[in-house]
Amino acid sequence: MQKVKNKWRKFASEILILAAIFTLVQYLVTAGLLNQYFQINLASMCINVILAVSLSLINGFTGQLSLGHAGFMAVGAYVAAIMTNMLDLPFIIGILAACLAAGLAGFIIGVPTLRLKGDYLAIATLALGEIIRVTLQNIDYVNGPAGIMGISKLSTWPWLFGGVVLTVVVIVNLVNSSYGRAIISVREDEVAAELMGINTTKYKVLAFAIGAMFAGLAGALYAHYFYIIKPETFNFLKSFDILVMVVLGGLGSTTGAIIAAVSITALTAALQPFPAIRMILYALILIIVMIYRPQGLMGNKELSMKTFGRIWGGRN
Amino acid sequence: MDEINLMEISNLDKSFGGLSAVQDFNFQIAENELVGLIGPNGAGKTTVFNLITGVYKPDKGSIMFKGENLVGLLPYTICARGVARTFQNIRLFNDLTVLDNVKIATHKDVPYGLMGAILRSPGFFRGEEEIEKEALKYLEIFNLKDKKDELAKNLPYGEQRRIEIVRALATKPLLLILDEPAAGMNPQETQDLMELIRYIRHEFNLTILLIEHDMSLVMGVCERLYVLDYGQVIAEGPPAEIRSNKRVIEAYLGEDVG
Ligand SMILES: Nc1ncnc2c1ncn2[C@@H]1O[C@H](COP(=O)(O)OP(=O)(O)OP(=O)(O)O)[C@@H](O)[C@H]1O
Ligand SMILES: [Mg+2]
Repeated sequence: MQKVKNKWRKFASEILILAAIFTLVQYLVTAGLLNQYFQINLASMCINVILAVSLSLINGFTGQLSLGHAGFMAVGAYVAAIMTNMLDLPFIIGILAACLAAGLAGFIIGVPTLRLKGDYLAIATLALGEIIRVTLQNIDYVNGPAGIMGISKLSTWPWLFGGVVLTVVVIVNLVNSSYGRAIISVREDEVAAELMGINTTKYKVLAFAIGAMFAGLAGALYAHYFYIIKPETFNFLKSFDILVMVVLGGLGSTTGAIIAAVSITALTAALQPFPAIRMILYALILIIVMIYRPQGLMGNKELSMKTFGRIWGGRN
Repeated sequence: MDEINLMEISNLDKSFGGLSAVQDFNFQIAENELVGLIGPNGAGKTTVFNLITGVYKPDKGSIMFKGENLVGLLPYTICARGVARTFQNIRLFNDLTVLDNVKIATHKDVPYGLMGAILRSPGFFRGEEEIEKEALKYLEIFNLKDKKDELAKNLPYGEQRRIEIVRALATKPLLLILDEPAAGMNPQETQDLMELIRYIRHEFNLTILLIEHDMSLVMGVCERLYVLDYGQVIAEGPPAEIRSNKRVIEAYLGEDVG
């Protein structure tokens, strides 16, 4: 009984905190207290959080080194833009189609490539991500290298916030279930997992497809915030950026991925006027973290209210 | 033999490159039997286990389990048919807790769907409670319940070996195969382990196949032994017979006799 009560109390407090954050930002935006610069960075943060959390399902929890995440983001961005801009369909349809298409792409790419391991998988996913990009460059319907322009700015704060919450809730709930344990067992020891009755291929493909699906969501939100999408935006450097967030946050930590995505986005924004310094600092942070904390900021641990409770409790 | 055999292996062959690891291997095990597979280093014992559980595909031969040939099935489906194993070199999920290690083994019978998990349906909470209760039940038997929240890698060797058995047991097998379960244990731990193996066999109505390198260990616990040398069965029978078998003694002569 006590357990049930705690469960509801936790649930209620989470809802309350989310509602408070949402309302606060919504108020700041509508009251015009948040200037354009902050709004853009806020949108970038949301999109990057979705990308990092979804890639962390593949790289962090399933242990499959994927370097093609930007490819799935591109699929989502293009499909959503086609739906809204060219076919005049509502945004929600664009988003759903983006998720579906990217998830399907993840499934189709995942089935053959996930037989590969480690470096081979990394190279294969890198190549497939590039293939998606080059393919887009050669499709006239989407204007080849010039990309799609004049996409309506439909990614408002409620959509961005909703996208982040949806991604985090689905992935956290998945990971903290028997299915999630099956997925994690693949990372820990694929052979042992298979021999304990886990269909490892199925769970690798499942994680890959779900991760790709949310990358598609990020793509849809991106396209409808920044007006314009070009194949070049989704090159392997973008995949690499997302990977850095996941690795810095800690493989197998959702909160780590979120923290890393938010801080790297903020850092990038702050250093926008000094592009040279930005790259150096970026590399430096990576090197320092890899030397002193190779498991990433959070390792495979999660930050929770309980953690804060423990820290504060300990000080009393 | 009157009882029906739970598993019957015929003419099994496996070679690696030019090396013939298992040759014309024939084997039967009846329901509820406790059989030992012994033999010197490199005799091919682990290879037999890998063939049964689908890690390797045999070059030739059949493995009939409850009337179905296991050859060509994927390891996870073989596990679903009721064959579970432990590993000679411990292969626990190191960075996970003891409890999660055991829970993973129950996943093949997961009582709720993927959507239920994502939407946190009432069935999910009920199912998770069931899974936890089940996992703790097995840990309790092996006296590991108070270790449930420790990471598997942080436990001493003997306990890791026991968790491997618990994990295999949690897949609810009909046939449990143990690859040198007592390796690295001291005599007292080994004695306790053999007791435990006898106990779970009755408690869960199991059939057990057990590899041991050291002959003296299996003499007390196994009803029947197969002796493997250079990939071939050189003797088969009750422990008392095996102990005095000339070929067996010769095979073990090059080694410290158990
Ligand atoms: N994957 C493999 N590739 C090549 N050779 C192998 C492989 N697995 C086993 N072997 C060889 O097959 C032979 C039998 O090995 P196996 O591991 O089955 O022996 P074992 O009886 O379990 O020995 P031990 O008591 O040392 O565990 C050995 O010569 C071994 O080197
Ligand atoms: Mg062996």
